Amino acid sequence: MKKSLLWRGLVVVMVLVFALSACAPKPEAPAAEEAPAAEEAAVEEPAAEEESAAGGMQIPEIVDGKYNVALVMLSVHDDAGWSQAQWEGLKYLEANGDNLHTTYVEAVAEGADSEQVFRALARKGFDVIIGGSFGYMDSMEMVAADFPGQYFIHISGFKANGENFGNLMGAMENMKYMAGMISGARNKLDGETKTGYIATFPIPEETRLGNAFALGLAKTCPECTMDVRWINTWHDPILEREAADSLFDAGANVVYTGADTPATALAAEDRGDVWGITYDWDGSCTADRCLTAPYWNWGPEFLRIVNGLNDESYTPGWDYFDSNEGGVGIFGLMEGQELTPGMLEIKEQAPEDWAMIVDTLAKLTSGEMDRFDVFAGPITDNQGNVVLAEGEMMEHADIDCFSAWGGCEVGMYWWNENVTAELPSLD
Amino acid sequence: MNLAIILQAGVATGTALLFATLGEILTERSGILNLGVEGMMLLGAMTSYAMSNKFGNPWIGILFGMLAAGLVSQVHAFITVTLQADQVVSGLSLNFLATGISLVLGEGLNSLVGVPLIPKFDIPLLSQIPFIGDVFFAGHSALVYVGYLMVPLAWYFINRTRPGMHLRAVGEYPSAVDAQGINVFGMRYFYIFVGGLLAGLGGAAISLAISPGFFAEKTTSGQGWIAVGLVIFAQWNPIRAAFGGYIFGALRRLVLDIQGPMLLLGFANPFYYNPYYGFFLKMLPYAFTVIVLIIGSREANRKRVGSPAALGLPYIRGQRGL
Repeated sequence: MKKSLLWRGLVVVMVLVFALSACAPKPEAPAAEEAPAAEEAAVEEPAAEEESAAGGMQIPEIVDGKYNVALVMLSVHDDAGWSQAQWEGLKYLEANGDNLHTTYVEAVAEGADSEQVFRALARKGFDVIIGGSFGYMDSMEMVAADFPGQYFIHISGFKANGENFGNLMGAMENMKYMAGMISGARNKLDGETKTGYIATFPIPEETRLGNAFALGLAKTCPECTMDVRWINTWHDPILEREAADSLFDAGANVVYTGADTPATALAAEDRGDVWGITYDWDGSCTADRCLTAPYWNWGPEFLRIVNGLNDESYTPGWDYFDSNEGGVGIFGLMEGQELTPGMLEIKEQAPEDWAMIVDTLAKLTSGEMDRFDVFAGPITDNQGNVVLAEGEMMEHADIDCFSAWGGCEVGMYWWNENVTAELPSLD
Repeated sequence: MNLAIILQAGVATGTALLFATLGEILTERSGILNLGVEGMMLLGAMTSYAMSNKFGNPWIGILFGMLAAGLVSQVHAFITVTLQADQVVSGLSLNFLATGISLVLGEGLNSLVGVPLIPKFDIPLLSQIPFIGDVFFAGHSALVYVGYLMVPLAWYFINRTRPGMHLRAVGEYPSAVDAQGINVFGMRYFYIFVGGLLAGLGGAAISLAISPGFFAEKTTSGQGWIAVGLVIFAQWNPIRAAFGGYIFGALRRLVLDIQGPMLLLGFANPFYYNPYYGFFLKMLPYAFTVIVLIIGSREANRKRVGSPAALGLPYIRGQRGL
């Protein structure tokens, strides 16, 4: 019996070693030299462990004398989607910023885990902490209140305190609108009318981006329609693939996604005669059957904000950048990119549509058009109700809001008239 | 919405579940619970994708993926069979270990382009059969057909061969097997390895056929956990496992397709007007799994459900019967 107890003790130690070593994410290269030292210290003094590991995560160190920026990501830095786009923004920041030290913590779950990570980063003394997922919002708000001298920038939520906790989001709807226009032109060229949308969760962001696409679609192809599949996840390669197949099987010629993986383009590639549009990351549109990809380009936005915080010219609040700042893009059409094969055909065979596409993009990137022009009246929903009459515009509050929740009059809980799907009642 | 398409998708995606479930059935039949299936699948998915890229041949990729998952499963074997430790704790930590290895070694795999994938083809003649041909024999990846062969083979092996009888005996009453001169420890090591190989094959089916690519820990998106549940759903029977795997796959697709049409059998489609009703359908197989667990929790019913009597208990020679 004694022997088996000893064995069990050994096993528990082994198991702990495995579990802890698997949980610790790889530190950024600049921090790599210090990391082993920190680990050794943690073994010797249990008290130190609390500092360097929170929420099961290895917490990176600051570099004295530099302006320290940490990014907290929901997924891993090479997830080929939402988190990778942020991570590349961080790399841009490190390369272009002045006297900056940047680092990141990845695969941080939303909720209580994230609060521990934000608190630990703040204790370490990071000057700016960027949180990259909707569900970090409440944790960041709480931690920000406890660390008034440090800044917390939250991407995609709807809270801010106007002092050290700021919200950051951008007009992705403008690029989804462009994707809709391109899809409409593509459908006309192929003699098809159907498109499909893989939607994630029923939140204002997803109906906003869906409607923006539908409005763009109607510009180049008034008789085209958009079908919808809800998948209830941001990132599930298998389910996204199935949703893409489901939409293609229902007759869609172009399918785009609100989720992370290039499943739409891969499914299209497999079929060979349809098109997929990917999302989030400019590296996601590599398949021949990838028509385009609306993507995030966080680098310039991070740089603008971090520089502003460093010289105290920026006050955290509600920061919603439009497409004239370069924070969002449409793959194939931005500077230095080549047209995808699908777009090249539109350019050659449908010059009128192409001229309209290029012209609209020029207006969106120059600032002549903004998100309010994308959602300008007249807009009618697919129940026959007038959302906005001719000449009416939305306010910013409407962009990220359901009117049933309060806080806005028009809101985003409707589908444009060319959408063949329904929204359940919110009552 | 087309029933043949839904079932065909169910067979295609259910195949990954099927392989992992068959592996776990063999492991559990030897009396060892291995909860590390998800991690082993991810390791198999990562390795096979990387090796398929390196060697330009998906079959070599699969081979490496299976071997990698098989090798990592031996950590669990050492801890639970030799050290006789708690199988639940060890399985969970194996999961962390294999996931961690996959993420570190899989760094940068998502930027690969043109990785050779498992070919898809029709089975001549059989694919001409109306409906059945469309569902089972048309346009599937080669691994789906491998799955068809593996199910009856696994059933025959477990129920009709001498080594299969030994396997069942090790899971039911290891001390009796030990008394017969059969090496209980060796057999458990072996079937944990086989479970690892098949979990690796399931992972390879995902990254090289079902949803090609490597998307870090999301690649397998919980399929391994579903497989652990599916073993109970299947009541440790390979034929029921095939049925269950395909049903789980088809339901996932049904939930999506049913959001499409406005009319269903001539009536207003409730899933069109509220797409969230569909997620209720998706829950049903899990509910069934819970019911099997509840029934099986009564000792008297255990045999009827099919749970191996020695499942989860370390075998300590000379200390206890099971």
